[in-house]
Amino acid sequence: MAGNDVLLTMTGIHKEFNGVAALRDASFEVRPGEVHALIGQNGAGKSTLIKILTGVHDRDSGEISYDGRPVRFGSPHEAQLGGIATIYQEVNLIGYRSLAENVFLGREPKRFGLIDWRRMNDEAARILSSFGLDVDVTRPLNSYAVATQQLTAIARAVSIKAGLVIMDEPTSSLADAEVEVLFGVIRRLRADGVSVVFVSHKLDELYAICDRVTIMRDGRTIETAPMSEISRIELVTRMLGRELAEQLSHRRSTEPGELGTAVVLEAVGLRREPALEGVDLSVRAGEIVGLAGLLGSGRTETARALFGADPVDGGTITVKGRLQQLRTPRDAIRAGFGLSPEDRKTEGIVPDMSVRENLTLALLPRLTRLGVLDRRRQREIVDRFVADLGIKLADADQPIRELSGGNQQKVLLARWLCTQPDLLILDEPTRGIDVGAKREIQSLVRRLADDGLAVLLISSEVEELVADTDRVVVLRDGRSVTELAGADVEERRMLEAMATGSATEETP
Amino acid sequence: MSDEVLTPSAPPVAPVPTAHRRPSWQRLTQRYGALAVLVVLFVYNAVQTPFFLTFQSLVNNQLRQAAPVGIVALGMALVIATGGIDLSVGSVAAIAGQLGALVLVDGSSAYLAWGAALGVALLCGLFNGVLIARYGVQPIIATLILFIAGRGIAQLITGGNLQDFDDPLFQFFGLGRTAGLPAQIGVWFLVAVGMAAVMRWTTFGRYVVAVGGNETSSRLAGVPVARTKMLVYATSAVLAGLVGLIAVGVNSSSDANNVGLGLELDAIAAVAVAGVPLTGGRMTVIGTVIGAITLKLLQNTLIAHGIPLEIAQMIEGAVILAALYVQRSER
Amino acid sequence: MTTADAPPTPRRFAPRARAAAALQQQGALITLVLVLLLVFGALRYGSDFATGFNLQSVLADDAKYALVALGMTFVIMTGGIDLSVGSVAALGGVVAAQQSSHGFFVGTMAGVLAGAAVGLVNAFFVTRLRLQPFIVTLATLLAVRGLALHLADVKGISADSSSNFQGLASWMLLGLPVSALVVILLYLIGEGVLRWTPFGRQVLAVGGNEDAARLMGLRVDAVKAAVYVLSGALAGLAGAFLCAQTGSVATGAGKGWELSAIAAVVVGGTLLTGGVGSVLATGVGVGLLQLLFNLITFENGEHVITISHYWEDVIRGAFLLVVVLLQVRIVRRRQRRVTS
Repeated sequence: MAGNDVLLTMTGIHKEFNGVAALRDASFEVRPGEVHALIGQNGAGKSTLIKILTGVHDRDSGEISYDGRPVRFGSPHEAQLGGIATIYQEVNLIGYRSLAENVFLGREPKRFGLIDWRRMNDEAARILSSFGLDVDVTRPLNSYAVATQQLTAIARAVSIKAGLVIMDEPTSSLADAEVEVLFGVIRRLRADGVSVVFVSHKLDELYAICDRVTIMRDGRTIETAPMSEISRIELVTRMLGRELAEQLSHRRSTEPGELGTAVVLEAVGLRREPALEGVDLSVRAGEIVGLAGLLGSGRTETARALFGADPVDGGTITVKGRLQQLRTPRDAIRAGFGLSPEDRKTEGIVPDMSVRENLTLALLPRLTRLGVLDRRRQREIVDRFVADLGIKLADADQPIRELSGGNQQKVLLARWLCTQPDLLILDEPTRGIDVGAKREIQSLVRRLADDGLAVLLISSEVEELVADTDRVVVLRDGRSVTELAGADVEERRMLEAMATGSATEETP
Repeated sequence: MSDEVLTPSAPPVAPVPTAHRRPSWQRLTQRYGALAVLVVLFVYNAVQTPFFLTFQSLVNNQLRQAAPVGIVALGMALVIATGGIDLSVGSVAAIAGQLGALVLVDGSSAYLAWGAALGVALLCGLFNGVLIARYGVQPIIATLILFIAGRGIAQLITGGNLQDFDDPLFQFFGLGRTAGLPAQIGVWFLVAVGMAAVMRWTTFGRYVVAVGGNETSSRLAGVPVARTKMLVYATSAVLAGLVGLIAVGVNSSSDANNVGLGLELDAIAAVAVAGVPLTGGRMTVIGTVIGAITLKLLQNTLIAHGIPLEIAQMIEGAVILAALYVQRSER
Repeated sequence: MTTADAPPTPRRFAPRARAAAALQQQGALITLVLVLLLVFGALRYGSDFATGFNLQSVLADDAKYALVALGMTFVIMTGGIDLSVGSVAALGGVVAAQQSSHGFFVGTMAGVLAGAAVGLVNAFFVTRLRLQPFIVTLATLLAVRGLALHLADVKGISADSSSNFQGLASWMLLGLPVSALVVILLYLIGEGVLRWTPFGRQVLAVGGNEDAARLMGLRVDAVKAAVYVLSGALAGLAGAFLCAQTGSVATGAGKGWELSAIAAVVVGGTLLTGGVGSVLATGVGVGLLQLLFNLITFENGEHVITISHYWEDVIRGAFLLVVVLLQVRIVRRRQRRVTS
């Protein structure tokens, strides 16, 4: 594009939610006609940054300048009018309406005040075919695969003449061939002088299509560099960072198989479209097995599949030597499993219910005799666990939402511990918790393992995995690609495996 | 905080601090609003309405009239606690009443009549439950089906003819007394006590509140969500059937046109006024009882002052909206 | 690259992808059923049924239900619902009766305006206070009936017979009752609006995915407000027609109209959850249900079987059930979680 070197500048962006900083002095810069990757783990701040840019949130401080002018968009619509379009991961278009309508909704071409369908359809078809897509634009959007729906969203962006298109995880539901089509469109956009912000953690794709990359972590912008000048390992390392606090190592340094205890869980070939494509793992009694992988690798999907929360398309689950069909969480609980879910707030707690009731929720069947709840035993159990885990509360009958995150997590842990499971699946158990509570939970988990509990620990923090697990299974794109044990459970190996799919030269 | 996707939705939420929050005015209104209104109405009537404070008026009129709504409202509150709603109660009451009368007039014993009627009511409840719990139909729409069809079904049962009869069992529940109180109040009392016991002591009661509080978390914690939902709709329907039989007993004749008319609206109003959130997760028996009494007292006060029933209904509508608004701003 | 090559077949077709097509089929299907019923009636009941007179009176009678169903179609298409239409019709009829001495046009307009005013109230509660349409219109149902009865002094109200207000009962044009013509005209306009105006497309968009519609810059609140006002106005008109045709408005006028309307809309193929629909299909739905009841009347006349008119409610309920089950299968989709 003529003139400016820079299309978009964001500097000094600061944003807090309820006193917790989501962005600290974050910055972002996009040049005209470039494909710019924006990456970072959960909580890094990249989506908050985008939301501020596109008007979903208002920034607390900082400057944004687009196309040479300072801007402050108050809504996604204003951002669109300003020339910035967003393609969301969940295609935010109207499924029942045709492709052409979705492209032009709100700006339909008219003749004598009535919609000119012919012109609308022709124009939409033209844009889509310039993408290499030859489809019937009069059919409903949801009769097409996600790939086509995304391209329709991009067609909408093109027709409103956006100068900047933000794509959030655009390939997460696409097959390889569809990804190629998408990349072709992105290259066209770039050639036409339109810039693309590509948010993703599929490293291979970033290296295939992006010109530059900006890495965010802990609400800050860590680095911006051309893709060609940064290696995968460096990328992943910068993204995950290093914790400065001392890490107590809770790892038992045994070699695989040395433990000699029974195998509690053996999962082979777990498949669930589109997230899991073949996951194998096993956990022994007394063992803490970590499940590592980048966002999108299928860790939570694996946990849910094991717990019967989602149906599987293929694979077997063997519990203590017996093949099991775990179709619902109740099946899994009966088989001796427990799952502490990733999102405490929406999947873990029942917010208005008391701490006492939340704690004993999974145990209720065992506390019931002839339909009546044994309140005395319930009280005993609650008191015991509150003491054991050091849960800070005013009163066991207060609503659980009044507790801090750390204490809520402890209650959720207690929920499963009081059922005395054989296998405990922990999905990000220390996320969003202060350091003190974190340590307590980590020590607790190790104590439980020492007592014979089998643990599957999912975490995005590499340090946590290194410090607390005996063995780590690394997932990548829905497959278990590597298993690290003993001395191999260390940072660099893990990062390598997450980044490239192999730590040692194993075939994926 | 987790901000995995760029969905333009609510901001990531930081954990609520442990400091004890002072109860907001909305909370207070929700919990004690009905009671306050009841007290105000009571005092007002005590002063203004002649003979209000007599046993005849208080018990035979106010409480007895509130009993049918009160009984159904308890079932409705249970359903609402799971996050659903039951629009079919009026129709189910009509069906049960008609069937009971028909079976009786046909020559069978009153006990068989009651059994059949309640059995059919149970079937209606299971019908709703299956649609909602197994097929995932929205409760509003699922219960709308019986709402529409039920009254017609009720009429068909008796072929549109009024059945007159004379039966001690029916008459007892409709008009009779026990321990000096109208039998209807006795039934209401028993149902309320029973439900309070269930909510307080049984696991089922805890499941109801859990499902309404957060269905996803409940499911992941192993709560039998589908079974719980089926049971609450079954309960609501059986209670409605009970009320239908009582209503038929009052007249000693079946009159499908009037049995249960507007019952669902009154029940929902009573629950809303009781401060039970219509989104689910909370259930109070005492509150629902007070809500029903307050509603009836409000209606009767208005009528006693010559305000036509219709205006009274207008005010009822306004009260529901006000109750909803208070609930809304709490969130 | 990463995984083994997957063939470029489109994966993950949502089962509901065929929703729109299936519903179009439903529209065609019920039209077929309607035609079959007409033929059946003509064959079975002979000239009594198939005369212009019978069909004319059916059409004239249907006009009011059709008007209410038209408004309901738009509201349901936005994903909402309007339960107050029966009461609003009563109100419209009462107001029209009160103004009937000024002639047909003034009387009718008065009814329409009264209805529109109620629609505005509904719109306010739904869009500004963000309350659920179901509850809001339920409350309005109660409140407005009270208002209507109050205005009519809690008894029936008669229209002025000296003006031309009651002419509607007898006016004919092109061989059809004027009321039927008005309905046909409004339906054609309604379908036209739906297909060819931005407003119509926005109605469908808001019902299809309200959040997405907002993101795409549509004025969602304005659209929702408009359909409630429209529904109220049409209900008011229906009430005015009732009054003009029969000469009076009874205290129970309009009761149950909302349910008939919902049943007709749903039978016509519009999804209760919104986003897909057709005005003409609703018209066929109304016609189908009313024809069914007309046939029942004839059947009773033959004394072959006695199907009481109580079956009407049951049939409406049964239709609703069938359609609900069909729609469940169409609309049910598997939730796919974000990968993590």
